[in-house]
Amino acid sequence: MAAENNEAAAMGTPSPRGELLRVRNLRTTFHSHRRLIKAVRGMDLTVLDGEFLAIVGESGSGKSVAMKSIMGLLPKNAEVKADKLEFAGKNMLAMSAKERRGMCGSQIAMIFQDPMTSLDPVKTVGKHLFEVLKRHRGLTGAAAREEAIHALEQVGIPSPAQRLDRYPHEFSGGMRQRVLIAMALCCKPRLLIADEPTTALDVTIQAQILDLLRRLRDEEGMSVVLISHDLGVVASLCDRVEVMYGGMALESGLVDDVFERPRHPYTSALLGAVPNPNERRTDRLVSIPGTPPSLVNPLDACPFADRCKFAADVCRTMVPEWRNYPSGQIARCAFDADALGLVGVGQGGEPCACCGARTGQAEDDESGKEA
Amino acid sequence: MAKFILRRILIAIPMVLVITMLCFMLMSLAPYDAVDAMVDPRMSAETVAAMKDALGYNDPLWMQYLKWLQSLVTGNWGYSITTKAAVADQLAARIPNTIMLVLPAYLFAYVLAIVLGLVAGAHRGSRLDRCIDAIASVGIAVPSFWFAMLLIFVFGYLLKWLPILGMQTIGDGSALDIARHYIMPFVTLTVAFLPDNLRYVRSSTITQSTQDYVTVQRAFGASDAEVMFKHICRNVLIPVITRLGMAMPLLVTGAIITETIFSWPGVGPYFITAIKAMDYPVVMSILVLSSTLVILGNLLADVLCCIVDPRMRQGGGSK
Amino acid sequence: MKLAQETAGSAPEAAVSAQSAFDAAAAAKAAKKNHMTRREAAWLAFKRDKGAIISLSLLLIIVVVCLIAPLLPLAPNATDVAHRLAAPSAEHWFGTDELGRDYLARVIYGGRVSLMVGLLAMLTSMVVGILVGTIAGLFGGIVDAILMRFVDVLSSIPWMVLVTVVSILLKPGITSIILVIGLFSWMEIARLVRAETQSIRGHDFVQYAELCGVSRLSVIVRHVIPSAFPTIITAATTSLASAIMTESSLSFLGVGVQQPMSSWGSLLQAAQGYMQNNIYMAFIPGLLIVIVIFAFNKLGNVLRVFADPQVMSGERG
Repeated sequence: MAAENNEAAAMGTPSPRGELLRVRNLRTTFHSHRRLIKAVRGMDLTVLDGEFLAIVGESGSGKSVAMKSIMGLLPKNAEVKADKLEFAGKNMLAMSAKERRGMCGSQIAMIFQDPMTSLDPVKTVGKHLFEVLKRHRGLTGAAAREEAIHALEQVGIPSPAQRLDRYPHEFSGGMRQRVLIAMALCCKPRLLIADEPTTALDVTIQAQILDLLRRLRDEEGMSVVLISHDLGVVASLCDRVEVMYGGMALESGLVDDVFERPRHPYTSALLGAVPNPNERRTDRLVSIPGTPPSLVNPLDACPFADRCKFAADVCRTMVPEWRNYPSGQIARCAFDADALGLVGVGQGGEPCACCGARTGQAEDDESGKEA
Repeated sequence: MAKFILRRILIAIPMVLVITMLCFMLMSLAPYDAVDAMVDPRMSAETVAAMKDALGYNDPLWMQYLKWLQSLVTGNWGYSITTKAAVADQLAARIPNTIMLVLPAYLFAYVLAIVLGLVAGAHRGSRLDRCIDAIASVGIAVPSFWFAMLLIFVFGYLLKWLPILGMQTIGDGSALDIARHYIMPFVTLTVAFLPDNLRYVRSSTITQSTQDYVTVQRAFGASDAEVMFKHICRNVLIPVITRLGMAMPLLVTGAIITETIFSWPGVGPYFITAIKAMDYPVVMSILVLSSTLVILGNLLADVLCCIVDPRMRQGGGSK
Repeated sequence: MKLAQETAGSAPEAAVSAQSAFDAAAAAKAAKKNHMTRREAAWLAFKRDKGAIISLSLLLIIVVVCLIAPLLPLAPNATDVAHRLAAPSAEHWFGTDELGRDYLARVIYGGRVSLMVGLLAMLTSMVVGILVGTIAGLFGGIVDAILMRFVDVLSSIPWMVLVTVVSILLKPGITSIILVIGLFSWMEIARLVRAETQSIRGHDFVQYAELCGVSRLSVIVRHVIPSAFPTIITAATTSLASAIMTESSLSFLGVGVQQPMSSWGSLLQAAQGYMQNNIYMAFIPGLLIVIVIFAFNKLGNVLRVFADPQVMSGERG
């Protein structure tokens, strides 16, 4: 598909990093009371070995559901379909439920948003780790204990040997999230999916956890998919980013490229909505007018059409195709980005073409008033 | 943990005292009093008055209360107005019969509720689950005395398999005879105790199934069976087991209706007869006894909770 | 719903509250996800539950028949000893009782009593419970502490025991039984209303109202009660079901409704002696009790979905 070729081209090397996860046209529908809720409507995703990929989007854009679909963690009323779902070359669609389950943890691990409720309150932290070690690496007894202590050390939990026998309620939120990461590490997965792992945590703890993730990626060579709605974090930490909206992926590319020169109106609007602490203006905060589309019986159209300044009739009647750009970015829009004159972060002075937001550093008040 | 339990005990004691005060107040509102249990019509008014005086009925109320409390503690629970027999003796004879009926029935119903509730919760939405839920919903609406009557009709009159009254046939006190008398009250009680507990376990199981930690376990590759037996079970059973403590008062007053309808010689018929005859000493004694058991039962539940729930073991703190 | 059947400790509630609340929360969550209004969600909950449809239809019929009974050609007290203990027939749909009275008529009039006692007892417990709950919730502090201790102590006394005992202190009769059942089942409602009141009290608009000098009573009537209304309504159906069960049990034991008035419970008590050959006398009133209580519980479930704040916040219509 165009996307793959482009990424290969983007890498610029004749033998690109291996593809760890390849998802094409993922569709997830919930069947409920005779209503269909299309939470994911055609998402493409590629994760390369050892890369740190971010998936950003508003609440309800389908990012969590998409990842859970890949892992097979959705309730029974969820129908998951995809053209391709391959992990390390293996076709996940052809696997039995048992095989899929075997991969959960050992190949792909996932940690979730709320660490306070993610651990079984009546089991010690040690038990959590031992269970995982036994299941995926066949370790028991002293060997398991040693591994568990090592994992806790890796994630930065002090006095790990004593902590093994403690219960979750004796740990703070940040510590619990570390325990969950330790659980993930114990399995030595090739891919770690982190679904907004720091949203429920303090800002300072957030930094520590994200730092930990990056360190693990560097040391263990693990790929990390970070789901987040925090663009600042994404910018500082990730290699590539994928932008989702209304159940679809709308843009994908290297972080620097996407942020400086977005190729989709939504990305541009999203960036424009990020408050810039360096700005000396006292403008009102900018937001994207309108609300996300309903996922119940959505139209076959661009999901952003209702809120997009550039929307035309074609946007409301057809799902747009992917467009390739020389930088390696791909975007799903009916129009070419250059034609729209989209503006990203750090482009100072010029107002965003689609929503009038000012991004980057303001030079002086005069030029600002031109908008 | 010890501190927490100690605290609960310290709170329980005044509660029991308050209960005794309430009971005493109720008793003093009664038109009859215990003296009437001991007089007969031939005594003169002066003798009766003297007796009352001697027994302290002209003392201030608080003194009467303390004396009554004292007699309760020393084992003198008064005399029945109708039968003139000592209440404590009667209760001592009857309580074991009630316990014999209630304890096995309640435990059996509890275990059944746990098993069915876990199964229903695990297979939520399936036909089995809906069936079990229907049983619980209907069960809650069925009066136990009606169910008992139907049982009596089918097994006692129609099929003539089982005796319908009492604990044993006169002249035959064999174990088999008692067992035959035992079956129908036992089944009635089990059916009475089952639905509530079943619904509780089922909803607890389903609640646990929707918890985040279950998703996390699945994300780490746990199978449905592992999730159920290693994780959900324990989280469900902890409150279920602590609730068991609260069933303590049932050991005395848990089978009033069933015992009455089957003429089982337990506390039930004794209590009802006393009510109808306005036999206050009996009624009040049973009231104090069962209220105290409620408080003790709650205490037991708290203690069990402390023992079983790891979250409670350090520092205490109520749930 | 803890019943007068065989009671553990305190009054009815825990299991059914947990169960219904949990069912409602599940339905509400589904509704929110499907962007349904609460009316739609409640209607859907009702439609999908066959038990609810059947039982509530039957309940409707029973209630209507009981209401219009005086207009019907029934003679519940007309004795006809020649035709006593007759099985159901075309002439007497439910047969006749031991004095030859038409059993259908007796059952219908018994239903009037049972339903009325249930309703009035429920209203009594609602009034007391709402009063105590709002006062405790609004005033807080010492008032709250005392009231809640009082609730705790009363809840400690085994319900049935207390009800039976107090019913003998009052003159036996229908008023006593209504009062007694009502006065010993208000505790849970008080707790619910208190919780609701406390959460409302924290809202800004209430504090502004108090600042402006609006009287506390006015706040209660115009803000707290409407907001707590959904909780109250669902507690009411549970309370009603439970009151009917208690009254039946007490009447069965002979300490409830007294002759010449009879309710389903007392009909069952009278039927005890004739079980062997006239089981219909026991079967019919009991069956009606089951249907009515089951129906009210189902109604409570449906109303809970309607009332669940989760659904209400997502309301769009």
